Amino acid sequence: MKFFQAWLNIRRSPYQAIAAILVMLLTFLVISFFTFILFGSSKVVSYFESKPQVTAFFRNEAKQADINLLEDSLRSTKKVASVKFVSKQDALKIYREQNKNDPLLLDLVTADILPASLEIATIKIEDLSSISDTLKVSPIVSEVIFQKDVVSTLTSWTNALRRIGIALVVLLLLVSIFIMVTVIGIKISQKREDIEIMRLIGATNWYIRWPFIFEGIFYGVSGAFLGWIIASAAIWYSTPFLSSFLRGIPILPFSPIFLLELLGGELLLAIILGIISSFLAVLRYLK
Amino acid sequence: MIKLDKVSKKFGTGVFGLSNITLSVDKGEFVFLVGPTGSGKTTIFRLIIKEITPSEGTITVDNWDIGKLPHNKVPHLRKKIGVIFQDLKLLLDRTVFENILLPLEVSGVRAQEAQKKVNEVLEKVSITAHKDKFPIQLSGGELQRVAIARALILSPDILLADEPTGNLDSKTSWEIVKLLEDINEKGTTVIMATHNAEIMKTLSKRVIGLDKGHLVKDDKKQKEDKK
Repeated sequence: MKFFQAWLNIRRSPYQAIAAILVMLLTFLVISFFTFILFGSSKVVSYFESKPQVTAFFRNEAKQADINLLEDSLRSTKKVASVKFVSKQDALKIYREQNKNDPLLLDLVTADILPASLEIATIKIEDLSSISDTLKVSPIVSEVIFQKDVVSTLTSWTNALRRIGIALVVLLLLVSIFIMVTVIGIKISQKREDIEIMRLIGATNWYIRWPFIFEGIFYGVSGAFLGWIIASAAIWYSTPFLSSFLRGIPILPFSPIFLLELLGGELLLAIILGIISSFLAVLRYLK
Repeated sequence: MIKLDKVSKKFGTGVFGLSNITLSVDKGEFVFLVGPTGSGKTTIFRLIIKEITPSEGTITVDNWDIGKLPHNKVPHLRKKIGVIFQDLKLLLDRTVFENILLPLEVSGVRAQEAQKKVNEVLEKVSITAHKDKFPIQLSGGELQRVAIARALILSPDILLADEPTGNLDSKTSWEIVKLLEDINEKGTTVIMATHNAEIMKTLSKRVIGLDKGHLVKDDKKQKEDKK
């Protein structure tokens, strides 16, 4: 009956209900997206971190013999776990594989413009810098790419994103609480007379409060659920595009378990939000 | 059952709503509370259900000193007392059935049992035919019956009726009074505020008179004084 009363309250003032649900939807949409971004970027970072390697790109004029010599000298340091030579032809193969959906990009590129490279993984991460120093002085090496730099750049980006995300979410949470308090407050004011009558015939405070608290929970839960659906649908829809953008870093698609955990967390947060804001409204308007 | 001891009620404006009222009503009595508009009849009812608190004096209902009654016990008090309000105080967005159901709902009575009870009471006040109508679809007499039904639904020990015949024609008024008399005969204490002299005379019950907040007449007291 309390649920029914709450449902009646919602149905009889659809615009207020829509406002409350929309602001909740927006909040949870942003929460979902930032969770995706932070989860994805932390995976990207750990992907790079799990590969302690440097890549040395060779100049075009580098001879195979010199390259072999360099490879042997690296092996002799006993610091390296593996050395993999990627020839111009291999590089083209990799490039073709990465861009197989884009014929225009394929036509333009031949093996000649791609550099041959050496991918060196060390046993310990600390040895990466000494190896890269050795490579940098070699005359046949044009460029050394150091995964550590990639990782630190990514990490600082991720941290910045996390801060922005948290600030935005906190702001939206506050906005949604205030809007919910206002909407429920209006409802309480509209029903002031009815509430007075109920009190006079012996209704307890909680009997009067419950429908409003259920109403708050309803707004929160519907907003969270819709926000989650939209965010999940968007990520599912853009998975093919994002996967090719991420070039083989295994993030997508997100597992259904991860998405369900996110939904669970959001619903819990929504219920808490609903209770907090309707309770604030009840305290403020129901004396 | 109900005792007012030297009760005064001063309103915010400084006007005395009631001054120094002492009266008691026994269990099972039928009492008329009479007096012109503004004499304090409604104020007495509001004091008894603790909608307002007295400025002075004590009120006891069924051995509860309601001045000392904690806030969270007030709903218990109100469930013991059925009130037919002067302005009825029906919920306009609920049907007759739902209005009468409300006190049971508030008390947490289970749905099936509650519905059975409502149907019984509807029968008793003879408005079963209107149970699915909304208050605005009913006539004055019918609305009065709905208010009575709602006041009776929890089988209260006390029934306070505030001018239940106020706006009704005399035939309908009599039907309502007969209904209240029936209820009284089954053991409920009834206090009825009215200024319908005809009804008072015909029924010859105890009459308590008020004027400008003062007690001006109490049959029982006068009888006792004569003894």
